[in-house]
Amino acid sequence: MDYFIELLFSGLTRGSIYALIALGYTMVYGIIGLINFAHGEIYMIGAFTAFIVATVLSIYGFPLLAIIVIAGVAAAVWSSAYGYTIEKIAYKPLRHAPRLSPLISAIGMSIFLQNYVLLAQTSDFLPFPALIPEFEFMEPVAHIVGSSDLVILITTTIVMLILTYIIKFTRVGKAMRATAQDRTMAMLVGINVNQIISATFIIGSALAAIGGLLIASHIGQINFYIGFIAGIKAFTAAVLGGIGSIPGAVLGSLVLGLTESFATGYVSSDYEDVFAFSLLVLILIFKPSGLLGKAETKKV
Amino acid sequence: MNTQILKVNGLTMDFGGIRALNSLDLDVNRGEIVALIGPNGAGKTTFFNCITGIYAPTEGEVYLAAPGSDTSVSLKGLKPNQVTEKGLARTFQNIRLFAKMTVLENVMIGRHCRTKAFVLGAVFRNKATRDEEQSILETSYAILQKVGLEQYVNEFANNLPYGAQRRLEVARALATEPLLLLLDEPAAGMNPQETIELEKLIKEISSEGQSILLIEHDMTLVMSLSDRIFVMDYGKKIAEGTPVEIRENPAVIKAYLGEDVDA
Amino acid sequence: MLLIKELKKALGVALWFVFLTFPIMVIKVDPIERIIRYRWENAAYVAIVTFTVYLVMSFIKLRKLRVTADKKESKPSRNVIHSILNNKKQLAVLSFMILAIALVFPHFFSVYQTNVMTTALMYVVLGLGLNIVVGMAGLLDLGFVAFYAVGAYSYALLNYHFGLGFWVVLPIGGALAAIFGIILGFPVLRLRGDYLAIVTLGFGEIIRLILENWGEFSQGPSGISNISRPGFFGMDFSLETSIMYMYYIMVIGVIVTIFIVNRLQDSRLGRAWIALREDEIACQAMGIDKRKTKLAAFSLGAFWAGLIGVVFAAKTTFINPASFTFLESAIILSIVVLGGMGSIIGVIIGAFILILMPEYLRALSEYRMLAFGGVMVAMMVFRPQGMIANIRRTYKFEKQK
Ligand SMILES: Nc1ncnc2c1ncn2[C@@H]1O[C@H](COP(=O)(O)OP(=O)(O)OP(=O)(O)O)[C@@H](O)[C@H]1O
Ligand SMILES: [Mg+2]
Repeated sequence: MDYFIELLFSGLTRGSIYALIALGYTMVYGIIGLINFAHGEIYMIGAFTAFIVATVLSIYGFPLLAIIVIAGVAAAVWSSAYGYTIEKIAYKPLRHAPRLSPLISAIGMSIFLQNYVLLAQTSDFLPFPALIPEFEFMEPVAHIVGSSDLVILITTTIVMLILTYIIKFTRVGKAMRATAQDRTMAMLVGINVNQIISATFIIGSALAAIGGLLIASHIGQINFYIGFIAGIKAFTAAVLGGIGSIPGAVLGSLVLGLTESFATGYVSSDYEDVFAFSLLVLILIFKPSGLLGKAETKKV
Repeated sequence: MNTQILKVNGLTMDFGGIRALNSLDLDVNRGEIVALIGPNGAGKTTFFNCITGIYAPTEGEVYLAAPGSDTSVSLKGLKPNQVTEKGLARTFQNIRLFAKMTVLENVMIGRHCRTKAFVLGAVFRNKATRDEEQSILETSYAILQKVGLEQYVNEFANNLPYGAQRRLEVARALATEPLLLLLDEPAAGMNPQETIELEKLIKEISSEGQSILLIEHDMTLVMSLSDRIFVMDYGKKIAEGTPVEIRENPAVIKAYLGEDVDA
Repeated sequence: MLLIKELKKALGVALWFVFLTFPIMVIKVDPIERIIRYRWENAAYVAIVTFTVYLVMSFIKLRKLRVTADKKESKPSRNVIHSILNNKKQLAVLSFMILAIALVFPHFFSVYQTNVMTTALMYVVLGLGLNIVVGMAGLLDLGFVAFYAVGAYSYALLNYHFGLGFWVVLPIGGALAAIFGIILGFPVLRLRGDYLAIVTLGFGEIIRLILENWGEFSQGPSGISNISRPGFFGMDFSLETSIMYMYYIMVIGVIVTIFIVNRLQDSRLGRAWIALREDEIACQAMGIDKRKTKLAAFSLGAFWAGLIGVVFAAKTTFINPASFTFLESAIILSIVVLGGMGSIIGVIIGAFILILMPEYLRALSEYRMLAFGGVMVAMMVFRPQGMIANIRRTYKFEKQK
């Protein structure tokens, strides 16, 4: 029973990290219909920025709480800046190009960013400082649920609530939903679509950065390649939930996280990634509209 | 007696909650020009999409006469390419040419379903393939001459003037040797001179025995070309008859012209 | 006036990039020794590079505006390569010269150079194979390397277990890859373009992960070694001769591939591929069987990848799953994109540039993947048609009647 609960929590933890990344995919897809292949790299850059800032601060002897806050903010700020810049350079000029052009551009961007970090930093795995302490009150259950699991779950829940608030009630959020439904119409009613697209990239990137920070400190190491696998998995989750749908992304991520956790826990961990990729292939083939997405007939 | 080339019974199409086609009946006889008219959003293009297999209709039957026999075949459940093979070819309201192919190649694509060469033929270029390729070329060029586009043979399709692009759509559809040719607003966006030339072209094609089903908003063109007219509104057929009958039908005037007056 | 405005903008852009790249370019930490290094010179490089790039780009943009304003109607200028391609005589002379150079190449250059050239030729064929799928048929296949792996492992395993030789396995490897292409193609080819891309990527990774984990079958990450080099009627070659031999095999391979791909392009099937790329719905409405046509492209592309996979295994005599990562697919894709999607000559030039450049400019080789990524973005943004845009065959008709 303990083992089951342990797997349950580790699944939820995984799932909520996937969700933070998957949201970026789904939001961008909802607005400009692009699979932002470089999104995994944004997450990786978030993790790297957090790593660099946290290490610098800890060398300078800052207190732990300050390190967490500053590293988190720095990761979010820089990831957003990257997201914003990437959109301007690689996607905006291709808004009216054939559908595959921005996707190829995105793949190029992803390869570029991986190698940029590889060259500017290192190809080795770097030890990520443990930012989340072991809480005393968690001690009795620590063999089942770690403190960092708890922190990740709480943080993601708070972030999700904030995101829901932004999308439901703020001007930007409403404009985003309008743009996602019908870009031309949104333009006609006076929404600055370019700004909204930028905002989407910024928000999505900030979420990914928080995901990057959390997972890096959870797992304890990072390298330039972590974005690729995490990106694919988060994308799988987004498609599983129905790409373009925000609750879908969260649901899909939790389902993916839990299945992965139970499959590796009870079956075998050798094929963990094969499992995720197969799931991706199967969903795309059999239910491309996902759990919460709507199937549409393309207008001719 | 079987002069009917197309017979549609109770065609219905739902998009989520919207019923774009509501139990529509329509028929076309051999050699006729039939027009399908109706206000914007009436469901005309949807009708084409349903009978050509691009959308799967919610309900209803579509029969097409089998070439050279008295029987007819059901088009239900066929894929668009199978429908075209059976003898229904169409043009698109919002031009869908193959932009990065030449004008001639666009028409040659129309010959695809009447020819056979595949990988081995392409690689070894045996006699049969060479002959087939030659016949594709000749037929396609002849069709281009017929629609008056022969001076553009080697241009990219997207470099043609607008009117010529619409004609190329017609040429491409003709190349499939259809039993029934479906034209979706072929005159849309044309200037009066181009429209007159188009009218001449359609008459010429028709005089060679081609059956045509035409969607068009240009009433002068419709009245002068059609043998019969179907009028639809909100997915329903509201009238059918000869041009003279339609012109005087109060329901049509109310639904169709009345809206124009209001606007 | 305009200049000052542009300079200011360029400065702004440079500052933005300095800020953007600051943590990753400037700071380097060693968490174990607890040392921080600030590499301020990197910030300066970033500033200078982005400043210049921005200025050059806005200069080009300005000139373009002026040029188009100057001559209203600019005929699509066909470049030198196109005019040579259109002139039968020039084309024959050029091909003959290239062929002559190719044939004597190994006698004038070192074994190492010959080996490098063989690799480049392999990528020419891989590029031409992928070009059928991506360039002509418009199917973005990100898992191309999977078929390459199928070919390589076919040879490695058949050679290891049954001692089968190169020439026997060559067609088998190609055919197996083509069959894999069909098996994968059946379910996925009805997917929308971008989903297809992701599914093929997933498929490629699955194949690699299986090769890595299923040790009994593939000997896992340690790979298979001592694969036989190609034989020639039972003769045994020295290493040097066999490298030459491999080179000539690839020269012939490239010639055959160009010949076939060229014929395919101007056939009924080739036209159908291009039509499919341009507009799937119109294509179907013109009576083209979408699935059959796509499958043909997919499996033909896979076939070539399989062939080259066999060649690869024979050339290196050692393979392991690490040779078949997504990056390999990305390299081949960038060859196609750089060269010009659908353009045979473009893909050939693209392969030579992308494979030989990092080989000869050693300093560049570290930046190879960075450049590949950059090339893909830049090409899509500035020149989506690639270096050499594809031109379609033109026909002449006698005035009839
Ligand atoms: N793929 C689709 N999904 C949802 N609704 C659709 C789709 N295609 C058509 N419709 C709806 O069906 C109705 C009929 O559209 P249709 O294009 O057939 O009209 P039409 O008669 O051709 O109009 P027009 O004269 O403007 O071309 C419209 O309300 C349209 O919005
Ligand atoms: Mg219409």
